[in-house]
Amino acid sequence: MSETTASGAVGPGASIFYATEEPHPDNGTLLGFWIYLMSDCLIFAVLFACYAVYGGSYAGGPTPGEVFDLHGLALNTAMLLFSSITYGFAMLEMAQRRRTRTLAWLAVAGLFAVAFVGFEVNEFAHMIAEGAGPWRSAFLSSFFALVATHGLHVTSGIIWLATLMIQVGRYGLTAENERRLSCLSMFWHFLDLVWVGVFSFVYLVGVLR
Amino acid sequence: MLKPLRIPLLALLLVSLGGCQMVVLDPAGQVAMGERNLLIASTVLMLLIIVPVMVLTAVIAYRYRHSNREADYQPDWEHSITLELVIWSAPLLIIIALGALTWIGTHKLDPYRPVEQTAAAGETEPLHVQVVSMDWKWLFFYPDYGIATVNQLAAPVDRPIEFRLTSDTVMNSFYIPALAGQIYTMAGMQTELHAVINEVGDYKGFSANISGEGFTDMRFRFKGMTDKGFRQWIERVRSQGDELDRTGYMALQEPTRDEPVHYYSGYADHLYRDIVHRCVDPDTPCTRATGPDDEPAGAQEAATAVSVEALARADAK
Amino acid sequence: MEHGSALMHVLLGKLTLDAIPYDVPLIFWTGVVVAVLTVAVLGTITAAGWWGYLWREWFTSVDHKKIGIMYLVLAVIMLLRGFSDAILMRLQQAMAFGGNMGFLPPEHYNQIFTAHGTIMIFFVAMPLVVGLMNYVVPMQIGGRDVAFPFLNNFSFWMTASGAMLIMVSLFIGSFSRAGWLAMAPLSEAAYSPGVGVDYYIWGLQIAGVGTLLSGINFVVTIVKMRAPGMSMMKMPVFTWTALCTNILIVAAFPILTATLGLLSLDRYLGMHFFTNSAGGEAMMYTNLIWIWGHPEVYILILPMFGVFSEVISTFSGKRLFGYSSMVYATAAITLLSYLVWLHHFFTMGSGADVNSFFAITTMIISIPTGVKIFNWLFTMYRGRIRFEVPMLWSLAFLFTFVIGGMTGVMLSVAPADFVLHNSLFLVAHFHNVIIGGVVFGAFAGMNFWFPKAFGFRLDPFWGKVSFWCWLVGYWVAFTPLYVMGLMGVTRRLSHFTDPSLQIWFEIAGVGAAIILVGIAAFLVQIAVSIRNRHALADTTGDPWDGRTLEWSTSSPPPHYNFAFTPVVHDRDAWTDMKRRGAERPTAGFSPIHMPKNTGAGFVLAFLSFVCGFGLVWHIWWMAGASFLALIAVAIGHSFNYHRDYHIPADEVRDVEQTFARRVAEQGAV
Repeated sequence: MSETTASGAVGPGASIFYATEEPHPDNGTLLGFWIYLMSDCLIFAVLFACYAVYGGSYAGGPTPGEVFDLHGLALNTAMLLFSSITYGFAMLEMAQRRRTRTLAWLAVAGLFAVAFVGFEVNEFAHMIAEGAGPWRSAFLSSFFALVATHGLHVTSGIIWLATLMIQVGRYGLTAENERRLSCLSMFWHFLDLVWVGVFSFVYLVGVLR
Repeated sequence: MLKPLRIPLLALLLVSLGGCQMVVLDPAGQVAMGERNLLIASTVLMLLIIVPVMVLTAVIAYRYRHSNREADYQPDWEHSITLELVIWSAPLLIIIALGALTWIGTHKLDPYRPVEQTAAAGETEPLHVQVVSMDWKWLFFYPDYGIATVNQLAAPVDRPIEFRLTSDTVMNSFYIPALAGQIYTMAGMQTELHAVINEVGDYKGFSANISGEGFTDMRFRFKGMTDKGFRQWIERVRSQGDELDRTGYMALQEPTRDEPVHYYSGYADHLYRDIVHRCVDPDTPCTRATGPDDEPAGAQEAATAVSVEALARADAK
Repeated sequence: MEHGSALMHVLLGKLTLDAIPYDVPLIFWTGVVVAVLTVAVLGTITAAGWWGYLWREWFTSVDHKKIGIMYLVLAVIMLLRGFSDAILMRLQQAMAFGGNMGFLPPEHYNQIFTAHGTIMIFFVAMPLVVGLMNYVVPMQIGGRDVAFPFLNNFSFWMTASGAMLIMVSLFIGSFSRAGWLAMAPLSEAAYSPGVGVDYYIWGLQIAGVGTLLSGINFVVTIVKMRAPGMSMMKMPVFTWTALCTNILIVAAFPILTATLGLLSLDRYLGMHFFTNSAGGEAMMYTNLIWIWGHPEVYILILPMFGVFSEVISTFSGKRLFGYSSMVYATAAITLLSYLVWLHHFFTMGSGADVNSFFAITTMIISIPTGVKIFNWLFTMYRGRIRFEVPMLWSLAFLFTFVIGGMTGVMLSVAPADFVLHNSLFLVAHFHNVIIGGVVFGAFAGMNFWFPKAFGFRLDPFWGKVSFWCWLVGYWVAFTPLYVMGLMGVTRRLSHFTDPSLQIWFEIAGVGAAIILVGIAAFLVQIAVSIRNRHALADTTGDPWDGRTLEWSTSSPPPHYNFAFTPVVHDRDAWTDMKRRGAERPTAGFSPIHMPKNTGAGFVLAFLSFVCGFGLVWHIWWMAGASFLALIAVAIGHSFNYHRDYHIPADEVRDVEQTFARRVAEQGAV
């Protein structure tokens, strides 16, 4: 910003004890957001730990083999992975500073995510209708809590994505917006990683149990 | 300002100290005595370092006060390898000693470990007691004698006692300071405590963990008796009490405060086991499939999250 | 009729007129008095026309200094509430013997000790810690503000909203009776059906968001925004301890959030995490809450270790002895604090190996802590100790804390814990470390940095009165509890049968009264200091011959802290500058880039409060609407791209020259 220096006007001691140029500390947003993700990771860690403890507490209710639909799951997982890849494309376009293409890929990523959440809501509704709601047993409580927390994260990601698309559309790929897109990108891939954990630890191990 | 008050207050403290009974420091049971000894040993060990530190603090603060121009002043002195070695190693040594003491003591005084019987008392068959904490009273079963009591516990001196404990409701902590350290009671699982009372007497027992509105009144008497006195007590319970059946137990589940002592001359089969498995009411499924003579699962098992239902299903298949 | 009540249920959820405790005179009249006082305060502000000023200069401020002060004000207000609870408990326990049931039935007594613990930890100790860090850290590292100034304002208001929700529970409905950690299954709907636990949950969840964000904010601030030359090993010790504390916050608070979240799923949706039925495991709650709870203890005490380090070094006129030891000890405590949680429940029958492991890890923490004590000792050694009020607090801390540390290690010996767990000995122990450590540290810090914040010192006479009352009061109040713990008296009892205990409770009550005088003296100290502010004025910005950068700027500091960013060459950067005759530049100023104030944080936090209230009372429309509004405001705020402005160079020059003139005049006198 200001390139003015204080040279000449300051005393001799000043040069070593006071910086004459305005400070430009690194922007800490990405670090801060990364720390936030790590703290979020701990929330998931608690939920995974609960699933590990309660995963077999069926209380006479349904077992994973009876309630999990692995075909639907495969489709669902594909949705989320595609969403992650297409978000990656959006970031590549952003690096090329192509706004329209960025927006287009963001829209595709968002739609995949919407599909993911849609499938998940459908699965939950189905399970509850079958009498396998979260209140049935500790196993189902821990399953719903973990998967729904992930789902809620994806949902808030979608809201954020929509907001950012409007902002990029209106104000362009400014430094501020690029930073926001990078944060959301971290969030998006983080949720993907968590899903890999959910997929293998909850569904696959659950069915094999 | 209030400094003058300190002396009379301290004097008051000391006078009162002489008059009070510190049961934790003067227990009547071998296990509690072991715990007391460890408490005192650890305190002495720590005082080895705490007292010098406090004295040193006072001396240094006084000697290096601002008005004392005689004292050496070295504003840049900030490091000394020797001193740093000392200040890291002194606490380290104390903790090594204390850690060793703790390791041995924790294993020796593990509530799950049967009491070492002293030669004087001779080898005796332990007394079995099953304890249930309820809202807000204590229920004791004596499977060796087929009797049960509420809010009163008795045991002959020098005979080891094996407690099995559970809760009908929220968590409580079963504690008789004169006898042994406390242990939690938790619904759906069972904890254990081994102890022995070495002196005849009437001792306090209570819950040491908040369990709701009637918590304050969740007290019981623990009677350390001679063999003869204990036999008479059993007879008294048998003659004065009636049978505790499942309906009677379910009536007892109603929350009450300051419950009087009850005696039961007998109780329903497998009542304690079904309390642990939360199926006293025949309409409620048990948390674990049980054979006719199964012992309830221990807390350690439940705590390490081995799912009881998983086992149940495995049994079923 | 039927129709009407159904409508009321939709509109007001579980809330009815019965929720107002008019049948309990004590609580009802407390409520009335607090309401009258609140109206009086608000009325005064309105009459004096201060709302605009407060809103513009304080509520919407993103300045870390003002936010820090607001945290401390919140802490002091909540201290008054938490301490009234303490007085009620002391009175009840001193009275309720034999036939006398005292004046509090168990259901109220249980609420009071729960509220006391919850408020003192979350809304007194935490704001004290966060407030001091907010005020001091950015200046100690030579920065202009924190990394995320808006988040900082938002964090404060979330903390205040949580406190408000807890306060509301006093007058509408009731508070939790399940103890300050709401242990399951007692806190489950089956055993705590009312709204008490829900107030607890949402109060802490809302405040927890603030705490977590503030933790992230400070980690980034300290990592990214240090002045040129300030390497990690040149950071002031307070900043080091703040860094470790905030790392602990970031790594511990999500666990609390998740645990309380699961408890609320049990309570609201009938799930089975910690219930006694359908496979729930209450012990899981105990484990999770202490995995957060033990680091929390160090979150509170570490920054105070930093305060004592600064104070002892300053008033001994000497560099801190063993700086590296101090840093490594702090880092060691940070790591170890995650490996000890099970020592809170040795008595749950985990087995000898597990108990021994956690007993020994707990003892190991006492090694770095002991090292710190020695470091402070040798900092005083060969110093020139000035016994100003902050130094008195620090010395009292040294004496008090070692006893608390010793009783703590006693409790860490598992078999000794079997006889002392949940006893009054334990209560005495944690008050020994929290009052002797955190509260003494907070008072040392407030007395130390007050002149920096307001431009005049706190009155030393009333400071000493307050100090002696606290110190003597603490020992009179808690020594009897140590004694009674050894007599096998457990905690949280509302009535006693053994008359020999009464004298001890009476002595403890006297102690609490002495502490009350100490608190009053502190308030008097502030009032007297404001009246005598000209006599107590600090014109140099450096009233104590300070050693770190916050003392190099004026008191109170300008909005931007430093006109020119200081360059650091030594750990005690300001001492180094003074010795080598650094001169403040008086010309060549540039415009300074600063964040703008915003009301968004206040609005978001207020909406969170409304949402929390709706959730507590099952007023779903209110919870839903305020939640949607919350999202809308957050999105709306993200559309504001003009969040900063420049302070013109001329203005900076005027401010700096006025300060330079004042310092010069002072020098001339």
